[in-house]
Order: sequence, then C-alpha cells, then structure tokens
Amino acid sequence: MDFLNAFIALSNFVIVPAVAYGSQLALGALGVTLIYGILRFSNFAHGDTMAFGAMVTVLMTWLFQAQGVSLGPLPTALLALPFGILGCMLLVLITDRAVYRFYRAQKAKPVIFVIVSLGVTFILNGIVRFIIGPDDQRFLDGERFIVSARTFREMTGLREGLAFKTTQGITIVTAVVVVALLFWFLNRTRTGKSMRAYSDNEDLALLSGINPERVVMVTWLIVAALATTAGVLYGLDKSFKPFTYFQLLLPIFASAIVGGLGNPLGAIAGGFVIAFSEVTVTYAWKKVVTYIVPEEMAPSGLLQLLSTDYKFAVSFLILLIVLLFKPTGLFKGKAV
Amino acid sequence: MNAPLVKNMMLFAIVAVLIAYVGVTQGWNTALVIVNMGLISAIMALGVNLQWGFAGLFNVGIMGFVALGGLAAVLMGMPATPGAFEAGGWTILGALAFAVAVIGAVVLLRSRMAPGVLRKLVVVGMLVAGFFIYRALFDPGVAAVEEINPALTGYLGGLGINQGLWVALAWPVGGLFAAAAAWVIGKTALGLRSDYLAIATLGIAEIIISVLKNEDWLSRGVKNVVGLPRPTPFEIELQNDPAFVERAAGLGFTAVEASTLYVKLLYAGLFLIVLLVLLWMAQRALNSPWGRMMRAIRDNEVAAEAMGKDVTARHLQIFVLGSAICGIAGAMMTTLDGQLTPGTYQPLRFTFLVWVMVIVGGSGNNFGAVLGGFLIWFLWVQVEPMGLWLMELITSGMADGSPLKAHLIESAAHMRLFTMGLVLLLVLRFSPRGLIPER
Repeated sequence: MDFLNAFIALSNFVIVPAVAYGSQLALGALGVTLIYGILRFSNFAHGDTMAFGAMVTVLMTWLFQAQGVSLGPLPTALLALPFGILGCMLLVLITDRAVYRFYRAQKAKPVIFVIVSLGVTFILNGIVRFIIGPDDQRFLDGERFIVSARTFREMTGLREGLAFKTTQGITIVTAVVVVALLFWFLNRTRTGKSMRAYSDNEDLALLSGINPERVVMVTWLIVAALATTAGVLYGLDKSFKPFTYFQLLLPIFASAIVGGLGNPLGAIAGGFVIAFSEVTVTYAWKKVVTYIVPEEMAPSGLLQLLSTDYKFAVSFLILLIVLLFKPTGLFKGKAV
Repeated sequence: MNAPLVKNMMLFAIVAVLIAYVGVTQGWNTALVIVNMGLISAIMALGVNLQWGFAGLFNVGIMGFVALGGLAAVLMGMPATPGAFEAGGWTILGALAFAVAVIGAVVLLRSRMAPGVLRKLVVVGMLVAGFFIYRALFDPGVAAVEEINPALTGYLGGLGINQGLWVALAWPVGGLFAAAAAWVIGKTALGLRSDYLAIATLGIAEIIISVLKNEDWLSRGVKNVVGLPRPTPFEIELQNDPAFVERAAGLGFTAVEASTLYVKLLYAGLFLIVLLVLLWMAQRALNSPWGRMMRAIRDNEVAAEAMGKDVTARHLQIFVLGSAICGIAGAMMTTLDGQLTPGTYQPLRFTFLVWVMVIVGGSGNNFGAVLGGFLIWFLWVQVEPMGLWLMELITSGMADGSPLKAHLIESAAHMRLFTMGLVLLLVLRFSPRGLIPER
C-alpha cells in the first residue's frame, strides 16, 4: 500500500487536468449564464463566439511570433489575448446591433432568440472556417512545463511523477483573476449593480431609470471577454480546432444548468462538477487502485467506467439528472 | 383559382425549373441525385415542421434521430454474422436486458419508498452495483463478438431482410427507433423551459453519434457498414440484361447511362410514395380537431390548459411523432447511400440545415416544409460551385500565385455555412412566416 504515490498519480491524471478543464468550462458557462440572466435566452452561438475570439488571438499570436515578439517562458498568446478580446467585442456588438436588437424591440419569445442564435452560429462557423480553415492550429510556444514529471520524480524520489503544464497553470491563474474581477464588477460597481438589478427584475430596474440598452451592451462586452479568454485557454491547453468549440456547447450548457441558469456562482460550481465527473468517469483507475490495495488484490482490468469517447455522455447524464430532480440547478437559478 | 394557390404552385414550379436547369447543364444524373436527397430532406422537414410548426417545440437533435434511422437500415438489412450470437450476442442482449431491468426496478422502488436518506442510499447503491454487474456481463460478450473476423464483420449483423421491396421495411423500423429515443428525451425535458428541450436534444444527438462510432459490436463503429441491401436492382445487373440494353438503345441511351438513371428514378418513385403518404397524413392531422388543439396549445399554453388539455402529454406525443418521421427519413437515406458511416454525421448538416428548410419554407405549413426541403437542399448542393465561381470572379484581378488568392479559392467551400446562416437570419427577420405561410 502506497498512499503517497496513489495520491500523486491521482493528482497527475485526474485532479490537475480536471481543475484546468473545469476553469475553462466555468469561464464558458459564465458567459452563457450572463446572457441568460440579462438577455434571457440560451445563446447557442457561444461556442462559436469562443472560436472567433480564439481565432483572432491565434492570428495575432502568429503576427507577434513573426515579428519576434515573445513573453519568454510564457506563451505569446497571452500578449495577443487583449487583441482577441477586442476583436470579439467588436463582433458581438455588431451581431447584437444587426440581429438581436430587432427581436428585443419586438419582445420576441425566448425560443425565437434561440433560433436566431443558431443562425448566428452558422455564420460565425462559416467566417471562422473561411478565415483560418477547419483544421487544427498550433499557437502555443514558451516553456511547456512548470514542473515536468521527471523533475518532480528527481525532486521527491517518488515513483510517480506529477507534471504541471504551463497552460494548466496559466488557465487556473487566469480563471481566478477573471472571476475575481467579474464578481468585483458585479457586486461593487454601479454598472454591475444595475446589471444584477436588471437580471432580477426587469420592470423594477427600468422604473428606477436603468438604461436597458447600456446594460445589454456591457453584458455583451463582458461575455466577449469571458468567451475569448475561455476559448484561448482551451486552445492553449488542448488545441485550436473550430469544430471542437461547437462541441464544447454541451458541457458548457450542462455546467450552466447544473449550477442554475442565470447564477454566476452556480456556473463556476457547475463547471467544476462537470469537469471532475467527466475526468473521473473516463479515467482508467488501475494505476491508482494498484497502489492502494494489497499486492495480491491488484486489478487486472483498466477499471475505466466509460471509454473517453463517451465524455459527452457524462455531461449529458448529469444534465438529465439535474433536469429530472432539480430543474433550477444546485444554486437557485432562474425559474423553470 | 385563388391567388395563394397560384403563388405556391409557381414556387414549386421555380424549384422544378432550377433542378431541370441543373439537369440540362450538369447532367440528369446530378439532377436526380438532388431530387432524391431533396425528397428525403422534405420528409425530415415535415417531421420538424410537425414539432415546430404545429406545437412550437424546438428540437436540435435531428441528427441523432436520423442516425438512429440509419442504424435500423443496418439491423434490418444486413445478414447476421455467423457465430456471433453464439459467441457473445446473447450475452450482450442479456446484459442490456439486465440494465433495463435494474433501471425499471430503481424507478419502481423509488415510487414505492418514502422519501428520505434511506431511499437515496438504496437508489444510488442499486445503480452503482447494477452498473458494475452490467459491465461484467457486457464486456466479455462484446470482446467475443468483435473478435469474429474484425476486418469484415466483427459485429452482430442484422435480420438479413434483403429481398426487393422488403428492404423498405427498415424505414418504419427506423421511425420506431427514433420514436423510442424521443420518448426518453421528451419525458425528461418537456414541461420545463423551452430552452431545456433544445439543450437536451443537442446532447442526445451527440451521444447517439458517439454510440454509433464506438460500439463496434452494434454497427462496426467508424469501420462503417457497407453494401447494405437495396430495394432496387443493381446497375450492373441491368447492364447485363439484354432486354434492358435494347430498350435503352431504343431511347437513345447507352446501357451505363440508362441503368444509373433508371435506378435513381426507381428510388425517386419509392421516396415520393413515402413523402406523399406522410404529407397526406400530416395534412389530415393539421386539419383535424387534434391539429387545431395542437395549434391552440402552441399559441397559448395557459388557455389550452384551462380548457382541460394536458399540454405536456400532447407535447410528448407530437415530439415522438415528429422524431419518428426524421428516423424514417434517416433510414431511407442510409438505404440510398448503401452504407452507414457514423463519421459523416455533422450537426450543421443534419440538424441546422433541416431547420433552415422548415423556416424558409414556412413553419406551420406542410407544403412549405416540403418546398423548403427541396429549395434549401438545392442551394446547399449548388452554393459550393457558385461560391467557387464568385471567388474566382473576385480574385480574377489578383496576380496568379498570390497567397490571398489561393486562400480565398480554397476557402470557397466554407461559403455554404455562411450562406445558410444568412438565409436563415434574413428570412426570420424580413419574412418570418416563410415562403408558404401558415393559413
């Protein structure tokens, strides 16, 4: 029995990747939940908004790399991120002006907004593929590891290594900073408070002189920043491929619903719930269990609950369970 | 004749002329390919129109239901793999039956026991234990089946119904498969906010595709099942038939040309029959008391509920029916292709394109859905050459070999997504009732 090695193996293959993935999902779900709270519809174009922001960042990163600008050990993408956010902000403001505002003025039903957002998905998908193509793109540079598995083994003398990738570190740090900024904004500033008021009770907010168009605009700007950051972090950690962002919609929506749609705190919790379930259910537990149980009881199989191809099924199952038993989510979200 | 009828006939005539124009310029074979897929698209659009146009239900899982229909074509048409059932097939089916029994027992227990900590523990305990027992039963069976000649079979196979028109029996079975999946989804997500159904259907579609991709014992996964039986004769048989060759020569066709056209025409005839039957049924439903009730529910749920209508049950009913029609279309498509290729199912192609068809055609109007099916399918096929032509026109002033020109021409293929999105948004904005509006 060797609990220390078991714990290191667990951290290496489950905890660290799940925390990084969870942070990415949480940032994505925050965007979905903000749109839902303020504009009151599920934005199906969110995945492709992420792809668009990430694409601008990738293009800027290539420009910087060509110019020889770099951040040393950190990925150049961090330097390009603000430009990506600006590009994405421009995009969402244009789509809001050209598309969504008309239906807002008409007070269209939420489901019409959802269909319209599907149309936007199509167009964004076309634009992204048109500009950068449908293939995988590499834009990661700098140091690959903060601590590599080998250094860790040499430092501690343990059998198991704990690798900590730079992208994972950046993901976690960025997510914490972004979330702290967002909550400070929502709870402390006048605009943030007016957003929350608008989300809670639209009529009352209008009555107290809050300008709805301004609230909507600020929401889109924040969502663009969140979406681009989430998209870039995911792209750095895994890889940038336009279609994967569309597929991310399901876990992102699942996170937002599990936490309670319209509730920012819930979106973060939901992101981690989904990420940890996905990783633990699709991880082959053989290694960890072998360390814990006595030698003669070591398992012969992989001890994998579901093959990794079914990771979407995990978020879907959680989604179904929540819809069946607690449709408002773990944290009280908006009404059903 | 009244004005709207003339206008609608004009619209159908325009689509017919468009397809005929393709026939003249690009060959009748291409035109018939468009017609056949147009017929299938029209059936899918009918199903979605039932859900959205009649009842206002937002289903973005059409791809999944279409793929389930395709699975039915495999399970009905392909011969059983020799020895597969003896090796592990019964074990697999037993394991699946066991899983269903466990879930049934859990549901039953949950309704019998008083709520509390004990109930939660029992439910979770049974599910976890059940899952591990299920895996212990299931995995050896799968391994045994997939070991049988993996290069060619490695799956259970099907019922082997491959004689002539009997092949078409797979189509209603595909509808049944889709209906079963729709029932599970509808049971959980209907009655909640409208967005939840959208998200749940988006999820089930992804999962159905990943099951088809990964469960090799069922339909060979990404190794694809090819050579599905077809209700029509093979081209090569016709070409070897002297009587057929003679008749073709009499009409001025070579044997090869005539045989491909003849087979496609046969398919078109079969699909047309299915479309007409479904269209007739949909029209009857629309004009029946049931159809009026559905529209009443769509337009004002609260009022319909006050009149004593069970809104959730009616929604479930129409959701299952619409999905079943998509399943039928999916089975027909797989039969037409002659193969099941799970890797080619893309949500943009199979879900959102059908949505564009319904909305452009006119939601709530069955003829609108059919028109939309043909028109949008035609555009989807033809936008690519048109986009290429447009790009060549735009870049004609640029120097040959400039990277921008190469990139623009290379990316022309992605124009179709953009065009479809634009069409959808423009129609929603400026003509939200579609080309043939609901009466």
